[in-house]
Amino acid sequence: MTWKHGILSAIILILIWQTVVVLSGVPSFILPPPADVAYTLWDSREIISENAWVTMGEVILGLLIGSILGVLTAVNLATSNTARAVLRPILVFSQAIPVFALAPILTLWFGYGITSKIVMAVLIIYFPVASAFFDGLMKTPIGYLDLAKTMGASPMRTLWHVRFKSALPSLGSGLRLAAVYAPIGAVIGEWVGASKGLGYLMLLANGRAKTDLLFAALIVLAVLTVCLHFAVDAFARRLEKDH
Amino acid sequence: MTGGVGIKFSGSATIDGTPLFMPITLDIKPNEWTCLLGPSGVGKTTVLREIAALDTAVDFDGSITTSDTKPLTDRVAYMAQNDLLFPWLSVLDNICIGAKLRGKSADLERAKKLLDWVGLTNHRSKKPKALSGGQRQRVALARTLMEDRPVILLDEPFSALDAKTRAEMQELSAELLTGKTVLLVTHDPAEAARLGHSVYVMEQDGLQAVDMPTSPPVRAVDDPETLTTQGALFRILRGTVQ
Repeated sequence: MTWKHGILSAIILILIWQTVVVLSGVPSFILPPPADVAYTLWDSREIISENAWVTMGEVILGLLIGSILGVLTAVNLATSNTARAVLRPILVFSQAIPVFALAPILTLWFGYGITSKIVMAVLIIYFPVASAFFDGLMKTPIGYLDLAKTMGASPMRTLWHVRFKSALPSLGSGLRLAAVYAPIGAVIGEWVGASKGLGYLMLLANGRAKTDLLFAALIVLAVLTVCLHFAVDAFARRLEKDH
Repeated sequence: MTGGVGIKFSGSATIDGTPLFMPITLDIKPNEWTCLLGPSGVGKTTVLREIAALDTAVDFDGSITTSDTKPLTDRVAYMAQNDLLFPWLSVLDNICIGAKLRGKSADLERAKKLLDWVGLTNHRSKKPKALSGGQRQRVALARTLMEDRPVILLDEPFSALDAKTRAEMQELSAELLTGKTVLLVTHDPAEAARLGHSVYVMEQDGLQAVDMPTSPPVRAVDDPETLTTQGALFRILRGTVQ
């Protein structure tokens, strides 16, 4: 997908949106026309950007912490049979609990501030990153390991110079998924209880029938998510380079 | 060169109780090329991997002894059919990877000299994927030499190359590995006839030593004696000679 295609898709979407509004004649508090949303986007830019920064901060921190924890877990699982035996069932079982259902508990434990949202984002992306990277670490070509062994490499050096590097493309796949999930985690956290953030703003706008503001916040969230996707994708490509 | 390492491999192998090969004795003479020739699945690679102390799927019952009675640990370099170059490292870094994996600093001057020997000086900063199959295998040869081990284990290292490149690689390897104790596992009678000081044909029921030409390796591809040996090896492989 190029930028030109993206812009073209956006224009087509806006045209369909406008057509639906005109043809159906729904009131603007149900579906505001694109022009109204654009106006609100500009008019309320301060409140939107203020909340967008909060959400973005939660997402980026969640992404960083979740990825680091995921990578550490994967390395731990890949290098220790005990860790594999003990941790893996717990990890799999933990996936049976919908993370969204934990949002109220997290809010209870970590409060209305950004911590509960970061924890939510961390929880949601931790598993895909750990799982993808672990798979990569376990799939090192046997020949590489044979070579390292005949060269007299220690397990730690083999891990770093061979297994870790050879698994980087898998880490890239995990991070791509994480970039999609992290904003969902943060926004759900904000819906459950927050005093800042785009999720909070959307809920607030919804409650006051300011549908245009809700849409404006939604568009900003979508744009931020797309930007995050492109940034993480660029990083993942660097990890995949030369593989 | 005197005082190289000779290896005696004797024993049998089973997979889950089913024999892979019957008891054999393989005598790998010091400072010479010994070729182990045989059809796929007969256990040639298993023999090589056992000597290299690499994991195998078999139960090996026997012994591997050396002429100087010292263990083979850290005295073996390994080269496989797949060049096993790390795609994320440059050619030069690939050659130096052994030292890195041992936590030592590599002798860069030596690496550059070896790169010159295999004719790849101009490619040293390239990544392996920018090289041809033959060039990649030459890097693998340089990496093997960089290890400077007395015993070299070659597991069909030339079998994925085209005929011309293969012949060139055989000659280059024979030249550069002079004085090393080499075990070459191959399924190509022509390769064994060109390169072996001694050649053993491996079959499920045992090993068969083959008379080799009087001329030393590496022998010319069209040398009549070599061609006769090649024919003889081929006949044994096809089971037409007992």
